[in-house]
Amino acid sequence: MRAWKTAVGVVLVGVMLFPVYWMFNVSLTKTGDMRADPPHWFPWDPTFEGYSAALGQQLPALATSLLIGLGTVALTLAVSLPAGFALAKLRPRGGRAIDFLLLVAQMIPGVVMAMGFYAIYIRLGLLNTVAGLIVADSTLAVPFGVLLFRAFMASIPAEVMAAAQIDGASTWRTFRSIVLPLSRNSVITVSLFTFLWAWSDFIFASTLNRNSDVIPVTLGIFRYIGNNTTQWNSIMATAVIASLPAAFLLVLAQRYIAAGVTAGAVKD
Amino acid sequence: MTSLHTVTAEVGGAAHAAPPRRRARRWTALAFLTPLIVYLLAFYAYPLYRNIDLSVHDYTPRAFVQGDPEFTGLDNYLDILSDDAFLDALGNTALFTLGSIAVQYALGLALAVFFHRSFPLSAVLRAMFLVPWLLPLIVSASTWSWMLNSENGIVNAALQAFGIGQINWLTSPDTSLLAVTVANIWLGVPFNLVILYAGLQNIPADLYEAAGLDGANAWQRFRRITFPLLRPVSAITLLLGLIYTLKVVDIIWIMTRGGPADASTTLAIWSYREAFGTGQPDFSPAAAVGNLLILIAFVAGLVHVRLQRREETA
Repeated sequence: MRAWKTAVGVVLVGVMLFPVYWMFNVSLTKTGDMRADPPHWFPWDPTFEGYSAALGQQLPALATSLLIGLGTVALTLAVSLPAGFALAKLRPRGGRAIDFLLLVAQMIPGVVMAMGFYAIYIRLGLLNTVAGLIVADSTLAVPFGVLLFRAFMASIPAEVMAAAQIDGASTWRTFRSIVLPLSRNSVITVSLFTFLWAWSDFIFASTLNRNSDVIPVTLGIFRYIGNNTTQWNSIMATAVIASLPAAFLLVLAQRYIAAGVTAGAVKD
Repeated sequence: MTSLHTVTAEVGGAAHAAPPRRRARRWTALAFLTPLIVYLLAFYAYPLYRNIDLSVHDYTPRAFVQGDPEFTGLDNYLDILSDDAFLDALGNTALFTLGSIAVQYALGLALAVFFHRSFPLSAVLRAMFLVPWLLPLIVSASTWSWMLNSENGIVNAALQAFGIGQINWLTSPDTSLLAVTVANIWLGVPFNLVILYAGLQNIPADLYEAAGLDGANAWQRFRRITFPLLRPVSAITLLLGLIYTLKVVDIIWIMTRGGPADASTTLAIWSYREAFGTGQPDFSPAAAVGNLLILIAFVAGLVHVRLQRREETA
């Protein structure tokens, strides 16, 4: 009965996602057909040369990105879980000031952070290292993580914690055995977003790791574009592979995304 | 919050040790916050301090390594402000930022209204709109680059079908800013859609029912109910969009590197290029431009905090 709306919706999605389709289409196009006029709208005669080239050359970069993503998630959780708990349940002094600082922190342009980190890392010898990039990438996620954990943990009923404390549990014990298990969903949300941001980071990689042999896949694609502009099927194939975490997130973890997007901006 | 307080106070009272307990709890809170406080100092405050330090010295690459730059006070800022490129970059920043957020907001709002009442498959289709936002920027930017390629791009091929000749989207100074703005709008629509959609869900449905009984048509319902009641959410969406768009580097750098002839150079791109984009890094002016950018974002941020406070108290 409202089928016409569905039809309009499908068309709108088609328009919106055309670039994504085009990336996919080009990734399967033969090098010889790349400059065909008019371009081939559908890969009738697909080739996987782009994918084999991408996997052959970018596999180390993909592994580096995976390592950086996981490291960033670990660091972000380690800093933001206890802080979120303290802000939500322990009512520390200066809690509002920390809220404000976290808001301000999210407004600092990435290029400014990159210059600051560069100036520090050049002294410490942390330029072109995976560890340095993990620390820099975590700044993309820590404020978000703290604010989201605080919002979630504030909704855990006080009675649950009080019961644990009557039983003689220390605050640390309460945090570990009661609050953390109850916060599972928010931990998943923060982890997914953190991983995605670290995986997608370009600014820190292109500034702090630009002379490195060990580079993440975003920099791998960027160097690709600079070096051989004829191999667009390989570039787009790498792009498709680099998009897989996002696709995974959308299909398998959609409810966690919605929670994250709204928590970041609108309080209800 | 209050109930937690009373419960723990009772527990403390039962043990006849209320004041020490409270003091102990304060220390516990501090212990849990310590990692964050150390983190904020080391990885936000210190880089920001280093950035200010960069901007008031003359950091040549040599001085960078040896650590003996000449102190120049506000000279870097004065140089930037009197540079001809400054007004151009400021103008490009304004066009890029305001153009992006205005169109993103309009499209996001139209889509939010479209998806407001559920229909078959609406949840799935709405989720599909998130894709551009979740993709790595390098992926979107390189895809748009190829689509907008002068000779082989699909956009020019499609325009050709309508008899429009070749447009050098990324390589002509007339269109490069427009091209990166279009790509950036595409990236920003999902965020606007999600936030505005969430805002729409909070408008009571009976308002629409009442308006329907009074014979209001769809446009009147939008004008008289949706738009006014969505104002606080709209303000926050636009401000966050402003703050995020001001600092955009990746998409422009990947597509045009700010060119040709600085035609798509914004303040953020200017800063990035001075510091990292050429063979000869020039960190001091780059840091000065970056700090100006922070100042602009900070003013926008203050407005954001005020608006949010007002909404909370309202």
